[in-house]
Amino acid sequence: MPKLWLLSSRYLRGDVGRYLLQRLVTLIGILFVVSIGSFYLIHLLPGDPAVFILGLNYNSVTKAALDIQLGLNKPIYLQYFTWIGHVLHGNLGTSFISHQTVISTISRALPVELELIVLSQIMAFGAAIPLAMRSARKPDSTLDRVLSASSFVLLSIPIFILIVLLVLLVSIKLGIPNTGPSTYVPFMQNPGVNLMSLLLPAITMATGSFVLYFRVLRSDMTGILQEEFITMARSKGISQRRIMWRHAFRPASVSLLGSAGVNIGGLLASGFIIQFLLAIPGLGFTLIAAINTSDYLLVQGIVLVVSAGVIIVNFMFDLIIFFVDPRIARD
Amino acid sequence: MFKSIKSKFNNDADEKSALMKPEKKPPLGKMFWISVGWVCLNIFLAITANLLPLKDPIAQDYNAISVGPSLHYWLGTDDIGRDILSRIIFGSRISIAVSFGAMLIAFGLGAPTAMLAALRRGRFDNILTTIMYSLLAFPAIIATISVLSFWVPRNLVKVIIVIGIASTPLVYRVIRTASLAVASRDFVTAAKVQGATDRRILIKEILPNIMPILLSFLLIGIASVVAIEGALAFLGLSISPPTPSWGNMINEARTVMSSNPWLVIFPSLALCLFILSLNFIGDRLRNYFDVAEVKI
Repeated sequence: MPKLWLLSSRYLRGDVGRYLLQRLVTLIGILFVVSIGSFYLIHLLPGDPAVFILGLNYNSVTKAALDIQLGLNKPIYLQYFTWIGHVLHGNLGTSFISHQTVISTISRALPVELELIVLSQIMAFGAAIPLAMRSARKPDSTLDRVLSASSFVLLSIPIFILIVLLVLLVSIKLGIPNTGPSTYVPFMQNPGVNLMSLLLPAITMATGSFVLYFRVLRSDMTGILQEEFITMARSKGISQRRIMWRHAFRPASVSLLGSAGVNIGGLLASGFIIQFLLAIPGLGFTLIAAINTSDYLLVQGIVLVVSAGVIIVNFMFDLIIFFVDPRIARD
Repeated sequence: MFKSIKSKFNNDADEKSALMKPEKKPPLGKMFWISVGWVCLNIFLAITANLLPLKDPIAQDYNAISVGPSLHYWLGTDDIGRDILSRIIFGSRISIAVSFGAMLIAFGLGAPTAMLAALRRGRFDNILTTIMYSLLAFPAIIATISVLSFWVPRNLVKVIIVIGIASTPLVYRVIRTASLAVASRDFVTAAKVQGATDRRILIKEILPNIMPILLSFLLIGIASVVAIEGALAFLGLSISPPTPSWGNMINEARTVMSSNPWLVIFPSLALCLFILSLNFIGDRLRNYFDVAEVKI
């Protein structure tokens, strides 16, 4: 239940208001640090960054254009303000390699990225929540032991190996069509093929999330089920189902949401390799392509967008956790 | 969350019983020693790779292209006739060098500052912790990828430095949390009252008490850096072919996967088993010393 009344001015004066304000200030502060980091990246290039950014297109005309775009002839702190001014107007520059604006390239890749993340999270939550609840209700049962052991093994398989092995098994050995590399088509063009081509990457990303969610939820639920208020609920004769979902799940969901926030932010970053291997044109694929073609402005733009995205996702999950359990504002 | 609160209350009782009956600890188990053995074997082979009677990992034998496992080539050869076993062993050098090097940097920078911050508290702690926690919000893998892609030309030392620095805030957080609990104990106060120097307190009082956490986190950290190095090799940001590393072996074998799946499976297996063993050792140690769950 989103308690939006908490945001009304009366509450903004108390602990809750201070908490939200503090979170917001932290968010802006971290975004500022991230923007400085992304800005400074092009100065890691040895020598004159213009030489690297322009690549084969280097000549006096393009150099003059780039100097104006990035303010390269000004002192470095003024360069930052030139750059951040453009960024805040939604202008991440124009690539001298692909001759397209960075923002248009990013906005083409972003929906693919989001579709992949949403699919994988549906799978991960769909599997982790029921299995963790069942495991927690009967600790040390066969199901619990099998799941705990296999989740530990899955934890040790890096995603790039998992995706390669899945492609080997599913697309090559079993020969299921449209699951291999380079089979991606946009959703609007052919929804069936689109979903099939995202199946293996989504499963791979879901596996890591599943293991995390399962372990977190299971350990919290087993702890909570030994609390006195659960014994109390049992002695009142409340049904097992209601105890599990209404009494135990809500306190347990706090740390689940916490790890989900960090994890989904991380997925934005770790989907790179999967997309690169299967040629799915999300942000990761675009980033690696940009690195390989030395399209440094595009790399810088994607780094900024992804880092800001990760931080904003974390912030949103902090807010959700706050609505689930407003007590955290008091700490 | 609730568990941690509970364990805080029960802390004293647990401590007392642990002190009185140290022999009651459950054994580490057979799997633990197998894992330790496997990790030691990997490290031993990586160090002595030059001295062992292995084939040259770069030499191509055109009479034996893509042959399966045999007496001559224990794990077979790849599509241009290089011995896979020797490539895996030489490849382990890269993974091991990067992971140990990066963790050396991360713990070298993160652990002493974290312990000092936990001991001194006050402004030093506040400033350092604020900096570290805001760095922690920055996704480390993106920072690593982007810095490595801009910091040309790439080499192994740069990979180690970048991963090491990117992991420092995480190490700082884990060690600081662990040290805080120790720093407020009576024996630390007693040492302070006796006029012990900060360095003495850190080394003699705090370090031994956070050793279990430090050790298990170090092992799990090494395991994750092995995975990260593999991922970077995939993206062409780590060591470049023909020098073998586990990551670039898997990456190169990808193209001939349908005709010769062993090329992918052997290095993948080597990498996964190494990570699994490290994770397992770290996890068992944590249980053995009864350390509360460390979030990674």
